[in-house]
Amino acid sequence: MLNEEQRMLKDMAAEWVHDRLPVTALRSFYGHDGGGRPDAEGFDPEAWAEMAQMGWAGILVPEAHGGSDFGYRGMGLVLEELGRTLGTSPLLSSGLVAASALRLGGTEAQQARWLPGIADGSAIGTLAAEEGAQHGREDVALAATAAGGGWVLNGVKRPVQDGMAATFAIVTARTGGAPGDRDGITLFLVEGGASGLSREALDQIDARRPAFFRFDNVAVGADAVLGEAGKGADLLDRLFDLAAVGIAAEMLGNACQAFDTTLDYLKTRVQFGAIIGSFQALQHRAAEMFGELQLARSAVEAALDAIDADDTALPALASLAKATVGETLHGISSQMVQLHGGIGMTHEHDAGLYLKRARVAAQCYGSTAWHRERWARLNGY
Amino acid sequence: MAELEEMEAQSFREEARAWLKANFPPSLTNAPSIHFVSDRHAAESNADWCLWRQRMAEKRWGVPTWEQRYGGAGLTQAHGKIIGQELAAIGGFNPIRSYGTMMLGPTLLEYGSEEQKREHLPFIATNERRWCQGFSEPGAGSDLASLQTKCIDMGDHWLVSGQKIWTSGADQADWCFALVRTDTSRKQGGISFLLIDMKSEGVEARPIVLISGSTHFCEVFFNDVKVPKGNLVGQVNQGWAIAKRLLQYERDSLSDVKAEITPLAPLAHQYCGTDVMGRIDNPDLRARMVRNAMRHEAYLATVSRLAREAKSGGPGYGVSALKNLWSGIIQDRAELLIELMGANGLGWSGEHYTDAEREATRAWLHSKAFSIYGGSYEIQNNITAKRTLELPA
Repeated sequence: MLNEEQRMLKDMAAEWVHDRLPVTALRSFYGHDGGGRPDAEGFDPEAWAEMAQMGWAGILVPEAHGGSDFGYRGMGLVLEELGRTLGTSPLLSSGLVAASALRLGGTEAQQARWLPGIADGSAIGTLAAEEGAQHGREDVALAATAAGGGWVLNGVKRPVQDGMAATFAIVTARTGGAPGDRDGITLFLVEGGASGLSREALDQIDARRPAFFRFDNVAVGADAVLGEAGKGADLLDRLFDLAAVGIAAEMLGNACQAFDTTLDYLKTRVQFGAIIGSFQALQHRAAEMFGELQLARSAVEAALDAIDADDTALPALASLAKATVGETLHGISSQMVQLHGGIGMTHEHDAGLYLKRARVAAQCYGSTAWHRERWARLNGY
Repeated sequence: MAELEEMEAQSFREEARAWLKANFPPSLTNAPSIHFVSDRHAAESNADWCLWRQRMAEKRWGVPTWEQRYGGAGLTQAHGKIIGQELAAIGGFNPIRSYGTMMLGPTLLEYGSEEQKREHLPFIATNERRWCQGFSEPGAGSDLASLQTKCIDMGDHWLVSGQKIWTSGADQADWCFALVRTDTSRKQGGISFLLIDMKSEGVEARPIVLISGSTHFCEVFFNDVKVPKGNLVGQVNQGWAIAKRLLQYERDSLSDVKAEITPLAPLAHQYCGTDVMGRIDNPDLRARMVRNAMRHEAYLATVSRLAREAKSGGPGYGVSALKNLWSGIIQDRAELLIELMGANGLGWSGEHYTDAEREATRAWLHSKAFSIYGGSYEIQNNITAKRTLELPA
């Protein structure tokens, strides 16, 4: 259950998102051909500044570093509201993932260096940990070799969420072992402007333009290591779980709005002289989607609460949340197109935007299938 | 004041704990108590069950909150809750629990005459008089209000004729609370609520053999059965309102039942073997089992979320949607259980199948009823669509 402060945050977020980041805001990042506009960042910097001003970027930052330490449930509420309108911002990458990384693994100096900036929005952090088509937490090939008391990084990362705008990234690198090994993974804090780091935008279907990072002899100091060198796998697991729960909250918002919009259409569209929502076949489909949404919401809220309660069951609950909402959103976003008929196939209609974002979100931080398999292993299947 | 109450509650808890420990037969610990509710013969042929029923009847703790003149102990709800908690803590159950205590008793307390209460409640409080529910008819299933069992006012008695079906335990019941038609010109407004002695002349109960082999459900025939005028509960033609209230009590008592989740993984390892990574050695079956187990967990999280929200007066309950999720998940689980058992999950009787295997087979067949009773899957979807989602008729 939400407490009074959480309820106020949710209401405030709902109102702001509705006014400031309606679906048309995302639409402005699309070009006429349906691809992402190359001159857009994938989010609105002014809106992001307002979000930071309202304290959202610092929800997970300790008070000593300028945040409010308000908890993951609170962060989840904002992400869910953003998800309703497909609102884009680096909130998940920076306010949730990067802030959590520094809290969990950062030295005092690292925290002091980055957390205040995350909280006031002047710094944008992100996780650069994926390299291949499939999510693989230990499949780290990017190489870090010790040199002159520091490290030199070579390799690629893709896709990096909000990577074009990021002021710094938490980069996974291999300091020992081979791709697939848990040992030998090290997390580095790398500045966006580091010499030898080149970034290119990926024209992805959701217009968010994540980045392709190429590391060509990028030199960092020993103080760039986040946590312990060679022993980063546990911290990385934790970060991916937190990120998965965060995006699950956003996906819950996507699914709820996709359903509400579709339900409205069922109540207004007339064919054969009747409102199509009076047809039993469509009523039952709507009832089934409503039931699936209940499961998704419960799984997401249970995972958010588990983080705040420091519950040791988090890995399983994170996978339950991501997989459950993943399946639900997959179904509802497809039905959104189907039930709108021809109009749902047009770029002009919102259905396609929800469908595209749904498939991108499904792949972020581990797909539905990945999390099912993970849950299965954790539960002895 | 509050402190005093707390002290009193604590001392009552200790008293309850001591009495239950001294009186609950250890042989019944964690017994499948629902079985004793539905099968009178199984209960009454068990000596320890009989002893336990008698002790609880004398203590009046089967219906602790009912007034003493009706066979209860006259305790507060808080005391009743303590008894229930202490009973659960030792793996015990209430041997008085029956259709009488769950459904008819609360209904009589609300709508019954003083005479009816004194005539019936004390026997429900001891679980000596078993009741059955005569609601459904061959032509009135999902559309219950279309029931047609005739009840004619003969001046000094009612004359009842018609047929009921799916009447649980009718062949073992002493009495039946039935919905009968006293007015054919109105649908819901022509139904009355009548108490019928099953020993009356013209009453016949025939067990129905279900696909699971269960004979728990019966057909009940009323052939010109004479029923005393005083057996009508509430007013003539008020039966539909009473029935709706009774079904509410039924749902409340069912929501007490804890949803169990026993993982199927260990059984699957045993029957299907494991691969080199220790996974169930049947990838397709494994994937379907995992999906079902995850849905089950999300369902349990949903039940507790909705309970929390309802307590704080949150948004409307999606009971119909919840029932369909539940029936689907439990049915899939039952299918998966016999599938993982393979050929051994298909036995009907005999030593070549273990008890667990035969139970799994019967439970699978029984589970097919979950999406039919209490409002079918389709009816529940209609309700969700119209009431919760406000889709047009």
